[in-house]
Formats: sequence, structure tokens, C-alpha cells
Amino acid sequence: MKSTHTDLGPVRLSCRNVWKVYGPHPDRFFTPVSTGTDDPAAKAAGIRAKGHIVANADVSFDVHEGEIFVIMGLSGSGKSTIVRCLSRLVEPTAGAILLDGEDLLKKSTAELIEIRRHKMGMVFQSFGLMPHLNVIDNIAFPLKLQGLGEDERRARAARVIELVGLTGRERNFPNELSGGQQQRVGIARSLAVEPDVWFLDEPFSALDPLIRKQMQDEFLRIQAKLRKSIVFITHDFQEALRIADRMAIMRDGAVVQIGRPIDLILNPADDYIRAFTQDVPWESILRAIDIMEPAAGSMEGLRRVAEDAPVASLLPDLGSAAGVIVEGLDGAVLGMATARGLAASLAPGCAVANPSGSASGK
Amino acid sequence: MAWFDRTAMLWLGAIAVTLIGVFLQGRLDWLATYPETGILPVADLLNAVSNWIVRHFAWLFQGMSALLECPIKGIQQVLQALPWSVAMFLFCLAAYAASGWRLALFTLGASAYMLVIGAWDAGMNTLSLVAISVPSAILVGFAIGVWGFRSRRAERIIMPTLDILQTVPTFAYLLPILMLFGFGTVVGLISSILYSFPPMVRNTLVGLRSVAPEVIESGLMAGATGRQLFWQVRVPSARRQLMLGVNQATMASLSMVIIASVIGGTADLGWEVLSTIRKAQFGESLLVGLVIALMAMVIDRVSSSFAEGSDRPGQTTHRRRLWLIAALGAVLVYGASLVAPILNDWPAAFRFNPAPMMNEALSSFITTFRTQIEMVKTAAFYFVMLPAKIGLQGAVSPFTWGFALTPLHQLTYAAGMIALALWSSRRGSPKIGIAVLIFAVIIYFGLTGLPWPALILIIALVAHGIGGAPMATGTAMGLLFIVVTGNWPAAVLSIYLCGIAVVIAFTLGTAIGIWAAQNDRVSAIVRPINDTLQTMPLFVILIPFVMVFKIGDFTALLAIIAYAIVPAIRYGEHGLRGLPETVIEAARMIGATPRQMLWQVKIPLALPVMMLGLNQTILHGIAMLVIAALVGAAGLEQTVYIALTDGNVGQGLIAGLAIAIIAIIADRMTSGWSRNRQAALGFGAR
Ligand SMILES: Nc1ncnc2c1ncn2[C@@H]1O[C@H](COP(=O)(O)OP(=O)(O)O)[C@@H](O)[C@H]1O
Ligand SMILES: [Mg+2]
Repeated sequence: MKSTHTDLGPVRLSCRNVWKVYGPHPDRFFTPVSTGTDDPAAKAAGIRAKGHIVANADVSFDVHEGEIFVIMGLSGSGKSTIVRCLSRLVEPTAGAILLDGEDLLKKSTAELIEIRRHKMGMVFQSFGLMPHLNVIDNIAFPLKLQGLGEDERRARAARVIELVGLTGRERNFPNELSGGQQQRVGIARSLAVEPDVWFLDEPFSALDPLIRKQMQDEFLRIQAKLRKSIVFITHDFQEALRIADRMAIMRDGAVVQIGRPIDLILNPADDYIRAFTQDVPWESILRAIDIMEPAAGSMEGLRRVAEDAPVASLLPDLGSAAGVIVEGLDGAVLGMATARGLAASLAPGCAVANPSGSASGK
Repeated sequence: MAWFDRTAMLWLGAIAVTLIGVFLQGRLDWLATYPETGILPVADLLNAVSNWIVRHFAWLFQGMSALLECPIKGIQQVLQALPWSVAMFLFCLAAYAASGWRLALFTLGASAYMLVIGAWDAGMNTLSLVAISVPSAILVGFAIGVWGFRSRRAERIIMPTLDILQTVPTFAYLLPILMLFGFGTVVGLISSILYSFPPMVRNTLVGLRSVAPEVIESGLMAGATGRQLFWQVRVPSARRQLMLGVNQATMASLSMVIIASVIGGTADLGWEVLSTIRKAQFGESLLVGLVIALMAMVIDRVSSSFAEGSDRPGQTTHRRRLWLIAALGAVLVYGASLVAPILNDWPAAFRFNPAPMMNEALSSFITTFRTQIEMVKTAAFYFVMLPAKIGLQGAVSPFTWGFALTPLHQLTYAAGMIALALWSSRRGSPKIGIAVLIFAVIIYFGLTGLPWPALILIIALVAHGIGGAPMATGTAMGLLFIVVTGNWPAAVLSIYLCGIAVVIAFTLGTAIGIWAAQNDRVSAIVRPINDTLQTMPLFVILIPFVMVFKIGDFTALLAIIAYAIVPAIRYGEHGLRGLPETVIEAARMIGATPRQMLWQVKIPLALPVMMLGLNQTILHGIAMLVIAALVGAAGLEQTVYIALTDGNVGQGLIAGLAIAIIAIIADRMTSGWSRNRQAALGFGAR
């Protein structure tokens, strides 16, 4: 489970009002002055009415240093497009991408190549391995493009091979590996250049559920070691829950809600989000701090629990006693968790309990 | 029955027009034959242009010719000077590297055969032409493919040009090249390059286009520059398809090198075959023909094995070792050949020459079975070929069929055919009824007996049914071009010969294919025969038929059938075996008997694929038709061939273009039909 502290590091990558429109004349809808708009949804509808495809509509979010930022949404909601805009594999129609405060869209081709060679790594859903290179050459391929010598390439590749647990398969070709192993190669290749920002576009979606779980653990292990700034795409809400520090949910090219997974579960912005969060086993996700209320009344004889104790472990106490006392990691009392607090936290996330709750939406 | 109302009326109208045309053509000459005076002087114009070019640019082309002559002569000299033992060692090693021991042994056998029957020198001459033309074709094809890949506009020019280059008969190429470059090996080289680069272009385009987008993106994310992305990501990822292009280009090059020897003076294998055929030394030509076939097989297996092997590149150390073995072995064998001269020059005395024996056996065979051979020939001629050509009205006479056509016969025929048409439109569909009527008309009056406007009308209507107005206009314009350039009579003869061959090849081939689809043993027997026929240069297929049946229409017919039957068999089997398993299971569950399963489930479903087979059958038939001009076919192909021997560039090009037009029309019609059918069955585009 993720750590509880909410303080975020400095912003590494920032996506500001990014639009991507496909069609015969995408630029027509964006004059230099009209980029900012009050009502993106209406604007997107207008563009669609003119026979264009709006893959991304006014997408904005920040990715902080060392953070795993997950983008989730149904297929076709524009996830792949936005992550490709971030790396300029796709040229945004409007908006700005700031990497360490500099606008990526203003970079020349040569500068962009430099940035990709040293600052960015990307992992693809169907791996994107070079069929003609064996494992070690695939992993060392970005280094080769940079013009590094063979010995250094091999040495650096060997390091990441160990990191992803592929030792012994160096001489195999991609078609001799299982899906999971191929994706390990993809991960190793994207890490070989030691990037700061790491993009993963549905990296585990092509894998079997068991392997997927295993790869998620590996991924978290690697991230614990390397602490990259990550944009991770998935259409699987469970996966997002497991790994996200913060997440954005997309629909029809636009971001519907951004927040910590728990925020989305407890306060879904609308029915679309609620449809994802509904089936989540809340008792294993919620922690004491999430249902905590300010301390009030007598706290005599109540059990003291840590702030990150799962709610499931509190249930007996919540049922019999008035509640439990929640302590911070340093032992200070933060507040109380009670049955009432639990019910209050859960209520907004429950569609049945909140019939009028189609929220702000459209 | 809405269809019956409009389209059927249209068709009945067309048949009526045809009949009226037939009866009027006795009085209106222009209906029977397009008037001389109306023929556009396109051929003369082309001749003038070519004369002008030759007059003013001869120096340029002669210079190029001289320049190109150098590498050919160089390679020829190297291959000739190399002791056969060294060359043979290297061939076998290449085969081993490509695929392993079995191919190496096969190569050893093939080259030993070439040596022993004394065709080594001719073989080396052929090989040296191939050795220059293949790399050139690959370079040119790759460059053009990359150009088309880079620019959609370029692609729109390239693709139709390739279509024409691949359908214009090969002899028609030779002609302008001959005019420009003069006699010599260079003509063979250039026409071989021209003929073999199109497959490379197609494969390059397909290969470069079909690299997975994520592979490209991962290259970009690795920070590849434009050039790195192309050479280090896209090209190597397309490797397999590119190697397939190399394989096809090599085969095309070999077959064109062989064909180009008709212009003579090359002392290569093709020339050996041709000159021996002309001298009626069939034993010799069969022996050399076998060399060509073996060479084609070896080259095909080696290059396609390299293509398949490119998926799993071997260890570099392994490859380095092979080069080392090649170098060391070659030096060793060369040393040995210095000591033992027999390894250098195979003595003429040791030659194995069964040709005289074979010739004797053949002539005794022919004398023994003369009556039977003649019987087959005349039967085919009287009962199949003549009716198609001049119709029952001309073919039936006391001399041929044993009786003359009386009005009673005619009446019976007409009534019978109309009854058949009515019956089949009731049982099947009106379309079948119409088809029966048209067939009856054609068989009665013969292809040459129909006025040209009627024939064009019928073909254009068929095109309309398949591809609507655009295809109908395209078809009509193409055919009219043939008419106004004065090539219609020859074109009808080509259609007649090729048409009969295609009908027979398709029916027979599909039947065999269906049989092979039901029976694994048949399939195992048929497959290698097909493979062999397919890799065999067209030339060689002629030999056995000329041997037995001499020169003439019938020989051409048999040769065309032999070559065109291959795709019919393949697609027939493939169509049945490739059906979705669920459909078969569903039919079985309903309780279909094996016979019902075949006729009511499998064949209707496999029909679109079989139609693609028909498409390939027609194109193969036309390809062979062109070569069959050598053994006495009389249509456009003969016009081209005569123009080639006369040096009449304009005539040759126009007639060649006419063949290309017919081929393209047939191709568009059959593939369009197959697409329609497939869409109707919900299989989606292939
Ligand atoms: N090159 C393109 N041309 C036209 N439409 C595109 C293109 N790429 C993506 N789209 C459209 O943009 C939308 C978002 O696609 P994508 O970002 O791939 O979605 P996701 O990754 O969430 O499944 C889809 O409707 C897709 O059809
Ligand atoms: Mg996607």
C-alpha cells in the first residue's frame, strides 16, 4: 500500500490545456488567442460536429518528482494520445507541455532527440521490440543510437537486465520469449538511458492476469529503488489502485477527475467515475485516516490504531465501541474513527445511497 | 424478382443485338471487321518516335551498353576461369548456410548433373547474367519502393506502372531495348532487370509500411534521428518481407534471362534449349531444360531459406566461421584442382550424353503411337477448339463431325438451349439462364464469328455487373483501343486459345484441388508437383509438349493448361481447407451428409477464394500464352513475336499493350467478383 503522506515534490512534467484534434483541418479551431476556453466540453462538441475527431480535449495535469501518475479510462478515451503528446510522438494541436519548466513544444527536432535520449523512457503495450535484435542488443539499442561504444553499452545493459530479472536470457530473440519476458525487455530498454520521466502505455494489458500481478509488483519494486516521475496508462481500475499515487480518469478525450485513488472512491465526481469505483472492496482500501473525524467527546478505553491501519481491521471496534483513536506515525493523536465517520465517507461513493448524485457533470 | 426485370432485360437486349449483328455482318462489312481506313497509326507513330530516339541518342545507349558489358564479361570470365570444383564447393556451402545438409546435397546433385551433361559453361553464362541483374534489380526496386513509401503521390504513379510492367508480355520489352542497345548480352540484362524489379518494389513498400507502429515509436523514443529510424529500425524490422522480395526478384530475373536468349548470341542455357528445339533435338533440349529447372529450384530454395532464416539471425561467430570455411575450402579445392586437372576441366570424354538415346526412344514412341497421338489431336481440334473458334456453324461438317448442319439440327439446338436456359433460371437464378444463352450463342457462331461491337458489348456488360459504370467504361475503352489499333482479330484469337485453356485448367484444377482438400494423400502428392511447375521457367514447360505434339495450337494449349492449372489447384484446396471450423461443425450438427457438406456448405463458402484462383489461372494462362508464341500460337502473342523478329517496335509495343489490357481487364473483373462475393458472405476484405 502507498504511503500516506500527501506532500508532493516539485513538478517535473506539466500538461496545460492540451488538445489533439484529428481531421482535415484541425488547426482551424485554434487561433493563437482562442486557446484558453471557458467551456471545453462545448468546444469539443462543436469540433466533433464539424466531422473531426477530438482525441484530447483541454487536458491539464501535473506530474511531480518521484510520483506515479496514473491515467485511466475506457478504450478510445484518449489515453494513448495524451501520453504520446507528452513525448511529442504525437504533435498536440494546442496547449503546452512543460518539462522541468521548459515548453517541449518549442523544442527543435535536434533538441527533442536529445531530450528523448536522456530524459524520457517509454514502455509500450505490445512491447515494440526490434525483431532482429536479441535481448541485450534490444536493451542497448537506445545507447547504440547515442553512439556509445560496444563495451559501455553492454555494461549498462547488463545492469538493467539484472534489475528486471532477465539474467540468462541475453542471447534470446524476442520471438523466443513469453509476453511477460518481452515486456521486461521493454522495461529494461526504457530504463537503460536512465530517464527522469518514464511513460508506460498499458504496459501490462497484454499479459495474463497472474503475470500481470507479478509484473505490477516488480514495477513497484523497481520504482521504490529508482523513484522516477511516472505517467502510467491503464484501463484497469484495480491496477490503478495498486500503483497510483494520484490518478486522472479520462472520458471522450477529457479529464473527468484527478486525485488520489481514495479521493476518487470517496468522492466520485459523477456516475462515470462511480461506475469504476463501485465494485472496489472499500474495506481493504480505506485506512483509518480516510474515515477519521476530529476528536470529540470521551476517548476513554478506546483502542489506538495507526493512521494507515486498514479499515477492515477496525470493524469489530467500530461495531462494539464508540470508535478508535487514530495516531500519526509519530504517535500523536490525529482524531477518531467512528462508525458514523465510516458511513459518512462511504455515502458519496454509493450511487444507491445518493440518488440525486449525478454530481456537477454536464 | 426485381433483378430479373431490369438487368435481365438488358442482357436479353444485348443478346438480341448480338444476333442482329451476326445476321447483318454479311451486309455491313465494318461489323465483321473493323475497316482498315479507321485504324489509327499509333504503331507508325511509335516507330517514328523510336527511330528518332535511336537516331539522336544511339551514342548514349551504345555507350551505356558498352559500359554494362564490362561487369557481365568480368563475372563471366571469373566464373568460367574458376575450376568447376571450386564453384561447386561454394554453391553447396551457400546452400548449407541457407538451410542445411539436405539442400546442400540437392545442390551438389544438381550442379554435378549440369557438369556431367556438359552444360557447365552455358550454366555459368546464365548465372553471370543473373548475378548482375539480381543486385541491380534489388537496388532499383528498393530505391523505388522507398520513394513510394516516402510519397503517396509517387506511389500513385508507381503502382499502375508496375501493373503494366508485369502484364506486358516479356517479348514486348525486349524489342525497344533491342532497338536502343543493339544486340548483345546487355539486352538480356536490362530486360531482366526491368522484369524483376517490380516484385522488389512491392515487397519493399509492403514491408516498410507494415512495421508495427509501436516499433517505430520505440525507435523514436530511443532518440533515433530520421536516418537512424529508417536504417536501424524500419529496414531491419521489414527484413523478412524484403528478403521475400529478393527471392521473387531472383526467380523473375532467372526466368527473364532464359527468355531473353531468344534474341540469340548469348551461349547460355536458354539459347541451348531454344536452338535445340529449333533443330528438333528434343533429347538435348530436355536435358538442358532440366538444368534450368534444377537451377531455378536451387536458387529458389536458397533465397527463400535465407528469407525465412532472417527471422532468427544466427550467432555472428557461427557466420564468421562459415566465411572462414568458405575461404579456406575454396583455396584448398583450388590447390587440388591444380594437381588434378579433372577438377578444373571436366573432360569431354567423361560426358554423359543420353540425348541420342532419348531422341531415338522418342521417335520410336511417336511412330508406335502415331495414330493415338493424331486421334487426340484431331479430336481436341474438331470438338473443342474449332467450335470455340469458328462456332458450330463452321465446325460441324461431314468431314469433321460426320454430318452437316441441317435446319432441323439448328432448330433443335436453339430450342434445347432456350429450354436449358429457362430451366436453369428457374432452378438456379436468372443469371445462370443468361449465362447459358450467351454461351450457346458463342458456341454456335464462334468467337471469331461474332461482330466486334457485340463482343465488346457483352464483355462491358459483365464488367458493369461487377464493378458498375467505371469498370464498364474502363473495359470498353481498353477493348476499343485494341480495335482502333487494328489488333482485334489477333486479340480474339488470343482470347480464344487462352479462354479454352483457362476453362479446362480451372475446371480440372479445381476438381483436383477439391479432391486434395478431402484427401491428405492426394494433397501430399500434388503439392511438390505444383511447387515444381511454379518455379520452372515457362520455357521449359514447353519442351515435353513440343516433343510429342509438334508445333501448333494444340501444343500451345497443353502448355498453357499445364502452367495455369497450378493456381486453380492451390486455391481450390486452400479455399476448402481454410473455411472457418465453426461453420463446418454447425453443418455437421445439422446432419449434413459428406456430399451435402461439400456441395451445399463448403463449395459455396469457398467460392470467393476459388475465384481468386480463377484470377491467378487467367494471369498464369496469359503469361504462358506469350511464351507459347514460340511453338505456334496465332494471336497477339504471335504479333509481338513477329514484330520482335522484324524489329517493328511500334507494332510490338501496341500488341504487347493489347495483351496487357486484356490481362488487366480479366484481373479486375475476377478479383472484383471475388471481393463482391466475399463481402456478401460477410468474410470482410482479405
Ligand atoms: N491517427 C489518428 N487518426 C484519427 N483518429 C485517431 C488517431 N489516433 C487516435 N485516434 C482516435 O482518438 C481517440 C483516442 O484514441 P487513443 O488515445 O488511442 O485511446 P486509448 O488509448 O484511450 O484507447 C480514438 O477515438 C481514436 O479513434
Ligand atoms: Mg491505448
